[in-house]
Amino acid sequence: MESSIYALDAKIPDGPIQDQWDQHKFATPLVNPANKRKYDIIVIGTGLAGASAAASFGELGYNVKVFTYSDSPRRAHSIAAQGGINAAKNYPNDGDSIFRLFYDTVKGGDYRSRESNVYRLAQVANEIIDQTTAQGIPYAREYGGLLDNRSFGGAQVSRTFYARGQTGQQLLLGAYQALARQIDAGTVDYYNRSEMLEVVIKDDHAVGVIIRNLVSGEITSHSAHVVVLATGGYSNVFFLSTNAMACNGSAIWRAYRKGAFFANPAFTQIHPTCIPAADEHQSKLTLMSESLRNDGRIWVPITPGDNRPANDIPDEERDYYLERMYPAFGNLVPRDVASRAAMRMLDEDRGVGPLRNGVYLDFKSAIGRLGQAKIEERYGNLFEMYERITDENPYEVPMRIYPAPHYTMGGLWVDYNLMTTIPGLYAIGEANFSDHGANRLGASALMQGLADGYFVLPYTIGGYLVDYLNVPPVSTDDPVFVEARAAVEEQTNAFLAINGTQSVDHFHRQLGNVMIEHCGLARSREGLETAIDEIREIRTNFWKDLRVIGTSDSLNQSLERAGRVADFLELAELMCIDAMDREESCGGHFRLEHQTEDGEAKRDDVNYAYSAAWESMGSKNAPLLHKEFLEFEYVALSQRSYK
Amino acid sequence: MDLSLKIWRQARANEEGEFKTYQAKNVSPEASFLEMLDEVNEELNATGEDPIAFEHDCREGICGACGVMINGSPHGPQSGTATCQLHMRKFEDGDSITIEPWRATAFPVLKDLIVDRAPFDRIMEAGGYISVNTGAAPDANIIAVPKWSAESAMDAASCIGCAACVAACPNSAANLFTAAKTQHLNLLPQGKPERYLRAAAMVETMEQYFGSCTNYGECEKACPKNISIDFIAMMNKDYVRAQFFNMARQGQK
Repeated sequence: MESSIYALDAKIPDGPIQDQWDQHKFATPLVNPANKRKYDIIVIGTGLAGASAAASFGELGYNVKVFTYSDSPRRAHSIAAQGGINAAKNYPNDGDSIFRLFYDTVKGGDYRSRESNVYRLAQVANEIIDQTTAQGIPYAREYGGLLDNRSFGGAQVSRTFYARGQTGQQLLLGAYQALARQIDAGTVDYYNRSEMLEVVIKDDHAVGVIIRNLVSGEITSHSAHVVVLATGGYSNVFFLSTNAMACNGSAIWRAYRKGAFFANPAFTQIHPTCIPAADEHQSKLTLMSESLRNDGRIWVPITPGDNRPANDIPDEERDYYLERMYPAFGNLVPRDVASRAAMRMLDEDRGVGPLRNGVYLDFKSAIGRLGQAKIEERYGNLFEMYERITDENPYEVPMRIYPAPHYTMGGLWVDYNLMTTIPGLYAIGEANFSDHGANRLGASALMQGLADGYFVLPYTIGGYLVDYLNVPPVSTDDPVFVEARAAVEEQTNAFLAINGTQSVDHFHRQLGNVMIEHCGLARSREGLETAIDEIREIRTNFWKDLRVIGTSDSLNQSLERAGRVADFLELAELMCIDAMDREESCGGHFRLEHQTEDGEAKRDDVNYAYSAAWESMGSKNAPLLHKEFLEFEYVALSQRSYK
Repeated sequence: MDLSLKIWRQARANEEGEFKTYQAKNVSPEASFLEMLDEVNEELNATGEDPIAFEHDCREGICGACGVMINGSPHGPQSGTATCQLHMRKFEDGDSITIEPWRATAFPVLKDLIVDRAPFDRIMEAGGYISVNTGAAPDANIIAVPKWSAESAMDAASCIGCAACVAACPNSAANLFTAAKTQHLNLLPQGKPERYLRAAAMVETMEQYFGSCTNYGECEKACPKNISIDFIAMMNKDYVRAQFFNMARQGQK
């Protein structure tokens, strides 16, 4: 693969890491409060990152337009996060600190993230807890009225704040409420059921977006001084994932095609505790919180092919394989390690359940030790959810779980200011690549989304805006807007014109099968080469044989999905190219060629301690690789061991 | 199992709609209700008929996007369950199922089973927040919140905004939603400064769009999150107090 010689400038501030953010805030030019209303900002997406950013910009006095494809900001998929949000408050007095949170996050990411960004994340995390508590997030409390904490995978301290099993819901509602306040105050113009279909570029700068109204089909142009993408991750490239049905990669993919670099697309997280698929019509997978691993024991039968019911298998014929393989961390190993171990069990034909596609998560010994009431208090809502889906009572028979695509660490490349390689275009939250390296720790996604939206971007964006004082935004009559709009209209009509025989879902499922097989838990050069051939074939068939019924001037859900799947069909190929380039195993990226004798991931820090940022060279050419070399000054590189 | 589905079809907001009957064959009892509709849509797509539009997103009962009337009940027969969490094993082979959109004047049908629930956002914008700018917050532990108050606020805050309460109400009232939203904040010390202003603003906005509550209690029964109508009583108390005192003008001339 050809790679470029020029180094990416991440604009990391000088000085000791502890002082960088303060220094940078001081060095970044301020926008005079009276001048803020002269600037227009567009935010795409109203999840944690988008809603918190739009609300904060509105409070500061900027003119904000915010767009979501949902009917309300409260629907964004941030709402489904269960477990909690990390911060180094050290309320439990167990030795936590900003440095420890930073250290754990870099280590958990398997040393493939940028130290300065992660340190800043750990710094502002405490402010997030303060802010969200003041907003009325009903966090769990001790009897004395103070905040409660619990622990999560990959950490040896209790630093996770939570609101029952619905922390993401509560934090999203908080951000939505802050946004609602600004909408009411008139500082934010809010557009629901509106999907961004193109970023508009003029003289290499982002100057606006093209939006399709999902009810009327009307396509409109919107200009601004800056555009912020807060559009989430792309796990739905796998078709079956824990993401909501509408989650998609289209906004960041279209930005990529316009010149924004896409970093580490192959870094995807496959979450170990999801409910396995029940049949071939399954539309999505449901996550069961990682917190279950605190009390549940994971096992499979020792004998391959053993199909007796779980309770008929005596203890000595069970293999509690995580406890056997990783005695130090046991059932609480990080997500990537737990997921791969489950995959190996299935490979050995030791899977359980009617489709033999799961492993057991058993609460029998915890119930014996603590009593059913205690387990019910801790996990009651999760057990109920499990029973509703599977019709099995997990108090009596062990749960069945299996890994499922859940989160994407990769995303648009951004510098320290969260700006992409297109000036004026920013990416925040899961849409960027910045903080989680090759594996995200539990309870860190909420932290990053809110850090970017509340506490990072509102400061850094001023540094770009100051140069545009009294410069009006580009007119939407400008040829760049006219052309972008025409291109969007053309593509929308192209889907309707194919008039083939197969539905959008048909192609999406095919793509998902290829991706989970070859670019999922385990990857190999040979498999990835096969995958690329197959993806190209599906793509060709998609454009030949797709059938989208209806019109473009009305609510048309198949048409919406067609656009998203068309982009997944391109993004999937870049994921495979990136996975092929990275001749090492790290975090969620496991290359079968690169493993230790006992099957553990083998990292190569000499050759691969970089973030791979891909530049589109047009649809006909291979993408160009740019490397951001990662320097580890504060965290010593070591082989992760959980044994 | 084989099912007969009677489904509301309506192409656009301002067009007439009608019920149409579809046969769903070989439905897996493991399928969720929405997956059953997915399969029907695959069939329709293959035969050239416009697929049925229905709203859905997370499919795990938390986003609140989905929701249809199933045989006259919001979210169907299983209590405490959103439409997406309902599974076909709750139905019998040979059943006929009637599927309609939420019925309420405040929620016009946009297409088929999709309605516009924007009035809920207007209620939130009227006062469903605590006025604290980013960066202005004190340390999180500086205000102790009694555990019961945090738990009760959390019960209210678990509302997913699906609008089943409105659909279930013979008056199309939105009191359960509005009560859940006001009381989530009013029960917490952080929400106290704006307590009465919030109650007044949200209730008055609610009344611009929705019917009045006459204590049928259907909303509580339909709520997929089992939110208690006790919150309506609490909201009413706050609203009445707000009428006695214009809190914004206490002691002013």
